[in-house]
Parts: sequence; C-alpha cells; structure tokens
Amino acid sequence: MMAVCPLVDLARGEARRLDVEPPIAVFHTEDGELFAIDDTCTHQDASLADGWLEGCEVECPLHASKFDLRTGAVDAPPAKRPVRTHEVSVRDGVIFVGVSADAPSAPAGVQVSTNAAPVSTDAT
Amino acid sequence: MKAVAVVGGSLAGLSAARALRNQGFDGRVSVISQEVHRPYDRPPLSKSFLAGAATESELALEAEEEDLDLDWRFGRYATALSPSQRSVELSDGTSVISDGIVIATGARPRTLGAASLQGVHVLRTLEDALGLKRELVPGTRLVMVGAGFIGAEVASTARGLGVEVTMISAAATPLIGPLGQQLGGIVSALHAEHGVRLIGGVEVTGLAGSERVTGVSLADGRMIEADVVLVAIGVRPNTEWLATSGLDAASGVLCNAYGATELPNVVAVGDCASWYDPVLAEHHRLEHWTGARERAAIAVSSLLSGGSEKRMGRPPYFWSDQYGLRIQLAGHLRAADSVVVEDGSADDGEFLAVYRRGDQPVAVLALGHGKSFMRWRRQLASQALSDPVSTL
Ligand SMILES: Cc1cc2nc3c(=O)[nH]c(=O)nc-3n(C[C@H](O)[C@H](O)[C@H](O)COP(=O)(O)OP(=O)(O)OC[C@H]3O[C@@H](n4cnc5c(N)ncnc54)[C@H](O)[C@@H]3O)c2cc1C
Ligand code: FES
Repeated sequence: MMAVCPLVDLARGEARRLDVEPPIAVFHTEDGELFAIDDTCTHQDASLADGWLEGCEVECPLHASKFDLRTGAVDAPPAKRPVRTHEVSVRDGVIFVGVSADAPSAPAGVQVSTNAAPVSTDAT
Repeated sequence: MKAVAVVGGSLAGLSAARALRNQGFDGRVSVISQEVHRPYDRPPLSKSFLAGAATESELALEAEEEDLDLDWRFGRYATALSPSQRSVELSDGTSVISDGIVIATGARPRTLGAASLQGVHVLRTLEDALGLKRELVPGTRLVMVGAGFIGAEVASTARGLGVEVTMISAAATPLIGPLGQQLGGIVSALHAEHGVRLIGGVEVTGLAGSERVTGVSLADGRMIEADVVLVAIGVRPNTEWLATSGLDAASGVLCNAYGATELPNVVAVGDCASWYDPVLAEHHRLEHWTGARERAAIAVSSLLSGGSEKRMGRPPYFWSDQYGLRIQLAGHLRAADSVVVEDGSADDGEFLAVYRRGDQPVAVLALGHGKSFMRWRRQLASQALSDPVSTL
C-alpha cells in the first residue's frame, strides 16, 4: 500500500500523478469514487492524469482514447490495449493505492525504466 | 441512404467510416485509398518513428480485431466526382456509385518546384519517412527549408540522431506564424539551445547540385551547404480531382460549420476540407490530427441527417513534441487581442499562456504544464458549448 494524499486534498473531478516507476494516476470522480490506473496512455506517450475525466472514463489528452477507470478497458480508439488498474482505499482520511502485481501497461516504444522500481517492470 | 463512398483512407476517412457504423449506418461503405497501406498514423513520422523508437506496425490506426465491414479499394485514387451520376471515377477505370460521399483526401506537401535532386525530401507518407530516415546518419548536414511544426519536429529528432541541422525560415523568427512573436521566440531559443542553426528573414531562391543536392541558395546571396534537404513549407489540399465536380475546392473543399458542401449528400472532412469557423467568421483548413478525427463524426451526422443535425465540435486542438517537451494549443489563437503568461515563465522554458479577446479566453498554449492546460481546454470547450459565437 502506498499513501497518496489526504482525501480532502484531491477534489472531485481532479487527478493526481504519483511519480513512481511507472507513474500511476489517481482519479476522484464527480460522483466521489476513487480509481487508480497506470498514468501513461497505452497508445503513445501521454499522461492520463492530464486527461479529460467524465463519469468513470478518462479521455487521453493527446488522441482522445477513452479508458474505463473501473476495468482499464479501452472504450474508444486509437489505443488498443487496456491500461493497468490498481486498488484504491481510504483509511483515516488518507488515500492509499495498492499497486497491482500485473505487468505495467506502458505503450510500445515508451521505455519503462527499471531503476528504483517498486513494481516489477518485465515485459513492457 | 444505402451506400456511401469515402474517398481517402487515412485518419479522416477511417474516422468517417467508424462514425458511419457508430451512427447506425449498415449499408455499403466503400473506402477509396490512393495508398497501398492500411490506414496509419502520420504524427510519429516526424517523431518516434523517425527516431527509430516506434516500428511500422505501431503506426496502424485500426485495432487488430476491428471489423467495420468496409469495402476497401487500396492503391487506387479518385479522378473525378460526378454528382449527377452519383459516381466517383477511379484511376483503374472503374467507378463507385453511391448515395452519399465523404471527401477525405487530405493534403500533400508543397514543394520548391525544382527538379528532383537526390537528397531532397518532403515528409507526409510512410515512404517519405523511410527515405528521410535512411539519410539521417550522424554527422550529416540537414538543411530544413521552412520552420513550421513539422520542420521543427524533424529538427528535434535529427539532433537526437546526431545530425547537424540548419533551419531556414522566411519569417524573422521561426514558428512565429503559428505561435506569435513572443512565444515563437521561446521555441526558437529551444532549438538554438539544442544546437540548431537558425537562419531567419530570408527567402530560399533555389537548390544547388547536379544529381544530388549540395546546397540551398538564399536571396541574400548566401549558399548553405547541405547533404540532405527537407522542404517543409506547408501543404496543399488534394482536391484537383474535384475540378469538374462543381464544388468550390481550390483551396480546400468549402463546407459549412458541419462539414456539408454545396452539393447535397456530399460532405468533406480532414486536411482537404475548409470548414466555416463561426468564431473566426471565415472558412479555413484545420490541418491537425484531432480535427480530422473529431470532425468526421460531425460530417457523418450531417450526411446521414440530410444536413438537419448540427453537432457541435470542440475547440481546435493541436500538439507538437520537440526536445522531449510537449507544446499544446487549443482554441483560436488568431481571435485574440492579448496574451498573458499564467503559469511558469518564458525563462523557465515551460509555461502556459492564455490568449484573450477582451476579457474572454479564446485560446490556450502551453509548453509542458499538461494539467493546467487541460483545465483551460475544458473551460474553452464549455464556453463554446454555452455560446459558440457571441462569447468569443
Ligand atoms: C510528419 C507529420 C507529423 C504530424 N504531426 C502532427 C502533430 O503532432 N499534431 C497534429 O495535430 N497533427 C500532426 N500532423 C497532421 C495530421 O497527420 C493530419 O492532420 C492528418 O493526417 C489529416 O488526416 P486526413 O485523413 O485528413 O489527411 P491525410 O492524412 O493526408 O490522408 C489523406 C489520404 O487520402 C489519399 N488520397 C489523396 N488523394 C486521393 C484521391 N484522389 N483518391 C483516393 N485517395 C486519395 C492520400 O493518399 C492519403 O492516404 C502531422 C502530419 C505529418 C505529415
Ligand atoms: S497517447 Fe493516448 S490516445 Fe494517443
């Protein structure tokens, strides 16, 4: 489990990027739900925390691929592969992310650096 | 409507085909594509693909399992549109008859008109990129004629490959056309910092060399030596094939704000189309990826509804990657009468600037600052939805 920030510091409709390797994006939807996914779009090199949050979907700022925050599934192209999802919980008013043990979902052509990685980064 | 012909099978054409299916059209969709490749993405051709970091298969625009049930006609181009016959004539002598037509033939680079010397390139297609890439070996002297976004991106990629780069622009500061004096200056400085030699305020008069290019001559008498030349001086729309169609297409197919042309059941979208822009109160071509993609759905809904459905688009959006930095622009820069740097500063190299007309934001431009850029982009979008014209 990784502490993110106090819940009150992440307003609804906002997202935060965790600078871990690979980076993780945490979203607080307008409906008050929390989700965490790998931050880098699976299409090319863009940060999904900078994306357009709408309901339970985030739209990539670059080419408008849409991902379902609940499952990581691609809802709209050009992305083809799902984005990895992580568990989120709130304890004592603080947001925590449980990093998934699955392989990260970085796009082809974007190197996931392996230094200081808290997560296994084989198979990019 | 039973059959639709989409002319041009790249981003705008594929997006139109997708929109037809998404909007419930289940008739025949023929896609006529001059290129022999399945649709591929162009922006990486000056960036990751040119740098060798992305492969050809990663350029594919279609998903592997995607099946839109399209009648693809690869390697053939449209030579004429005959509205009375409802037919598109093809280069192989056949024709495609349909009830609706989507014109999506894009654009091609302008050239210097000179004889074809070896070592002189343009960049639009996969073949262009492969040809240029082969020549960008360390130590090569690349001279860029034109300093727009594609030239600037290639300069950035070429520097990364160890190529010596000179960029020549007719304007005093490269990139001031799209960015404005002050911000164009910042981007120019970025190039200078990375070792690009910038020559501004002078016209190119010709190319030297007998078989292979050896230099670029300038109006002030100078000769800039070159091993490789990239001519990146903008594009012109692929609309010559429409000359006898009755459409006004010489500088882009003239369309209303929803992609409808002057002919019934004929719409146009992407780099070949000149849509009416209510904010600027003029027609103009939006030669950007996102416009080609998003406007396809608008044009298709115009087509399927006979023009009665008028979908609102989002404000224009454009990005460019140079030296690991992302430049993003949303909205209508030309509508502005003032600009204020709101985040960062020119000296940091990363900043966000808001362009206003009166006190109304009309455009936002950022180097880096992705998160606040998105906030402004959303604000422009909601503003445009609530009052597309008079607020701006
Ligand atoms: C190197 C490069 C980098 C770019 N980078 C960016 C970027 O960073 N950001 C951005 O926003 N935009 C960028 N763009 C622009 C973006 O790629 C274009 O806006 C987009 O490709 C337009 O799509 P389109 O389908 O309208 O036209 P095109 O991509 O030009 O496709 C038109 C297709 O129609 C075919 N065709 C032409 N005539 C005929 C005919 N008579 N019959 C049949 N087929 C025909 C052509 O061969 C072509 O395949 C870049 C472009 C290039 C070349
Ligand atoms: S980088 Fe996200 S859609 Fe292209």
